[in-house]
Amino acid sequence: MRFSVKTGAPLLALALALSACGTSGGDDEEASGGGSEAGTCEDVAIGFFGALTGSDANLGINIRNGVELAVDQFNEENADCQVELKEYDSQGAPDQATGLATQAVGDDTVIGLVGPAFSGESDAVGPTFAEEGLPTITASATNPALAENGWDTFQRILGNDASQGPAAAAYIGDVLKSESVFVVDDASAYGKGLADIVNESLADAVVGQDTIQKGQTDFSATVTAIRSANADAVFFGGYYAEAGLLVQQLRGAGVDATFVAADGVKDAGFIEAAGDASEGAIITCPCLPPEESQAFADDFEAAYGTAPGTYAAEAFDAANVFLEGILDGNTDRESLLEWVNNYEGDGVTKSIKFDESGEVENISVWAYKVENGEIVADQEIETN
Amino acid sequence: MSFLIDNFVELTVTGLVLGAVYGLVALGYTLVYGVLQLINFAHSEVWMFGSFAAVWVTVALGVAPGSALPVVIGVLLLALFAAMAVSGGVALVLERVAYRRLIRLDAPKLVALISAIGASFALAEFMGLRDRIADFFGLRDTLDPYVRSARDNTRFQNPLETEGVFTVGGYTVSNVDIIIIVSALLMMVALDQFIRRTRIGSGIRAVAQDSEAAALMGVNRNRVIRATFLVGGIMAGAAALLYLMRFGVTRWNAGFLLGVKAFTAAVLGGIGNVRGALLGGFILGLAENYGSALIGSEWRDVVAFLLLVVILLFRPTGLLGESLGRARA
Amino acid sequence: MTQGKASPDTGSGAARSTTQTSRLGWDRGALARRVTALPRPAKWALIGLFVVFLYALPLLEIPILSTPDTDFGAVLFTVASYVLVALGLNIVLGYAGLLDLGYVGFYAIGAYTVAVFGSLQAQLSWWVLIPLAVLLTTISGILLGAPTLRVRGDYLAIVTLGFGEIIRLTALNLEWLGAAKGITGVPRPPSVEMFEIPHLQWEGATAVIDLDDTTTFLVFGVADQAPYYWLMLTVIFIVLGADRMLRLSRIGRGWEATREDEDAAELMGVPTFKFKLLAFACGAFIGGLSGALFASRQGFINPESFLLILSILFVAAVVVGGAGNRYGVILGAIVVAYLPERFRGFEEWRLLVFGLALLLLANFRPQGLLPPRRAKRAQAVDEQLDALEEGTARA
Repeated sequence: MRFSVKTGAPLLALALALSACGTSGGDDEEASGGGSEAGTCEDVAIGFFGALTGSDANLGINIRNGVELAVDQFNEENADCQVELKEYDSQGAPDQATGLATQAVGDDTVIGLVGPAFSGESDAVGPTFAEEGLPTITASATNPALAENGWDTFQRILGNDASQGPAAAAYIGDVLKSESVFVVDDASAYGKGLADIVNESLADAVVGQDTIQKGQTDFSATVTAIRSANADAVFFGGYYAEAGLLVQQLRGAGVDATFVAADGVKDAGFIEAAGDASEGAIITCPCLPPEESQAFADDFEAAYGTAPGTYAAEAFDAANVFLEGILDGNTDRESLLEWVNNYEGDGVTKSIKFDESGEVENISVWAYKVENGEIVADQEIETN
Repeated sequence: MSFLIDNFVELTVTGLVLGAVYGLVALGYTLVYGVLQLINFAHSEVWMFGSFAAVWVTVALGVAPGSALPVVIGVLLLALFAAMAVSGGVALVLERVAYRRLIRLDAPKLVALISAIGASFALAEFMGLRDRIADFFGLRDTLDPYVRSARDNTRFQNPLETEGVFTVGGYTVSNVDIIIIVSALLMMVALDQFIRRTRIGSGIRAVAQDSEAAALMGVNRNRVIRATFLVGGIMAGAAALLYLMRFGVTRWNAGFLLGVKAFTAAVLGGIGNVRGALLGGFILGLAENYGSALIGSEWRDVVAFLLLVVILLFRPTGLLGESLGRARA
Repeated sequence: MTQGKASPDTGSGAARSTTQTSRLGWDRGALARRVTALPRPAKWALIGLFVVFLYALPLLEIPILSTPDTDFGAVLFTVASYVLVALGLNIVLGYAGLLDLGYVGFYAIGAYTVAVFGSLQAQLSWWVLIPLAVLLTTISGILLGAPTLRVRGDYLAIVTLGFGEIIRLTALNLEWLGAAKGITGVPRPPSVEMFEIPHLQWEGATAVIDLDDTTTFLVFGVADQAPYYWLMLTVIFIVLGADRMLRLSRIGRGWEATREDEDAAELMGVPTFKFKLLAFACGAFIGGLSGALFASRQGFINPESFLLILSILFVAAVVVGGAGNRYGVILGAIVVAYLPERFRGFEEWRLLVFGLALLLLANFRPQGLLPPRRAKRAQAVDEQLDALEEGTARA
């Protein structure tokens, strides 16, 4: 036994060194790029919390890239204040999230967190962050109930389903002037929540509804139901993978009802999967069109080789709220939380100010349209 | 209820189309089970690799929809051969890497199952990481159209445009529907004849019936096992192209759910029974559609599994029984 | 191991080299013999030390062993809950030989019972919830087993797989069970605040006691996972004891007879169906218990925690470890649950590596990491027979 401990020591040091390298992508750049003296913000990190691997990884990677871009830009501009980015890859699974949340609150250098990315994991780890006073800004979890838990640390930088649902309904009713709407959801907390709100708002015009399951590929029974209901608009509450398949099968069956979906579908993957069938689809999103934030889109494209995906811009804004606070000298959790709660400023997606419950004020929901294989802004949706 | 009756034809045709795909994939499970009494868990990945082969052929050729008919047929045939070749090849590799050693050692069946599960994980992740792997070899830019958005749905640009052929009961049956159902039936008949009439076919039957006696009679067991995997893989490749013609997209983890369903279909028809696989597939496809129409699509899988449980309770070896080795078929 | 790896391609040599591998591999016998040879007090002291070490693990935070990218206490809890599940599944799969691909169904029933009756539909006390959860899962095990255990062998696999999926989909689609958004506010075990225990901190190879980083005994909160691990560990020791008694009893021998040859067992007067049902019920009991503890640690559950893939991982844990050997399956569960968490640094590559590891383990340790003793004995007899046959064939 003793022998193995002795030989283990160098190995151990090696393992520690290796694991230190593995924790975050930002490490190396900072070490070389900054050359920083011990500034005010030594040992300060913000975290990203969400799925980087697993089947929901795409959304998480979008968000991570948005945060990473913000941190990299910040570190480049502020040589004497280098902020580290720590990644907590939950795979979107609530059971993995628990351990990662404990890890994050146990790491004193982490003073702010962008995430958690999904509503389910937020439910699981929200109490941990609230109890330990670690401020979080989610850039994607849109379940309205999250803000009602009384977690002081919870902030949401985009409109929740309760603001987007009525907007989608308003668009279908006022702009499309549709009188027969078919509502489909994917049984996820996000999709079902949205579909319920649309159902309620459009009560009279809804001619039928159905629920599919995430991961399924054959929607023929749903397509049949939509066709036989003679709907002129289909609202889909869910994510882009299933949306792409559904709209393709709809068009394949000769149904030309307008396809309306929410921000979970605002991703190049939707068009990639659906091809021509996605033409004319309407996507609502509580986010400003990229023309309003061209510089961000260009920077993002330069850094990652793709246009910013869903929620990347929100994540960029969320990270910047923290980073501005750190630059202002708020380098512990308590003061940063206060900073975030009192924050007022303009981001690339909206002007940001959080209300009592952590929801962002001034939400504007926009309708986007798929035209020639691109998601382009259509108009701002007025709700009353 | 009235919804089901009003749209009976449409639900039936689309159910049969789905069932045809289930049935063709189920053949792979059934053949391997018939010969080795092993659940080939990684067969879904054999199918998945075939679907990507078909997609890549169309990406490489870049055929736009609405081309001349000979071009369309040529591209589809090429995609079919590519899918069959890749699926067959992956099935052979699988046999070599995950099974051969364990079969030789006569290891417990469970161990072979774990080996196959491991292979299944590795194959699916390999496809999901193809962009990173290309990166690793510095080929990311060269291979971009083939490896980009590796974790997302990848679209199959079908050169054949879907067109209605005839209308019955308020539903216009499309050319794709007909192609899928007819090809599944044709492949089924071909396989049935292959197993009945060829030398390798009788070898397969012999090993399925009694592997030791077959070996004594001079049947090369290892060759028969390889042939079984190859044939199952080729069928999966064909199923992959048909699936793409109907559903248009594939992804790295698309095999999992389809594999579970196909395996269910195989058990439903009587695992080890070639005809049972197709019958099971059709029944499962229809049951899913009728069930969805009656009580909502969210209960689709529940209907499928409940049907399986009920059928097994009344016919413990499936609808047609296990019979790869027995009788004539 | 290396010897085994080097020779799979060399035709007839392969069979022989595996038998060598198992001999050259970790010789469990030698260690066990050395421990058994110790005088009784020393033996007890050794076991006691090991148990204390297990309890102290989350406090020691030993480098290399502890996970750099996620909370070690939480990982230990996850590993422990896999161990408990593996012990339960081992009764079904290892002792009775029933391939259950839907074991997560029982885990889910246990977890949902606690969540639904503890938060969503009623607010029962935690002390009532755990027995209730275990009771409901055992009943569901019997209800599932009674009709389906008449189905033979591999058919059982797909039926149980279907059962697991039905449970998950029902939870997903029924509003009464919380649907997709899940159930929050699941009751945690009641806390008793007694004293604080400091953690260790490592600087290189020297350990320092870190007084800032403490665990309060025994508070089941959200920020410290160690108490949940202790709870789970205690449950594991109790289950291990019960498992040992069962295995040595008439029931254990009945299971073994049923597994080896059902028809022969039936002829010898073993009521095989009853025994299989009992195995199913025992397995369900333990699975449900693990699920119930999982839910009360988590505080929140939704259907995504009970995916089909989990059932498959459970089976992998049991088979990789050595179905039928309780210490083997514990080791298997540790491999399956701990390694992916430890090597988080590899990010997206880890599932690929995990798949390859399963493949290699199955091929080069087909009998499991720790094969069950009787199987080993049977294997030795087989080897002798083979040697005899080969000898005559050559002569």
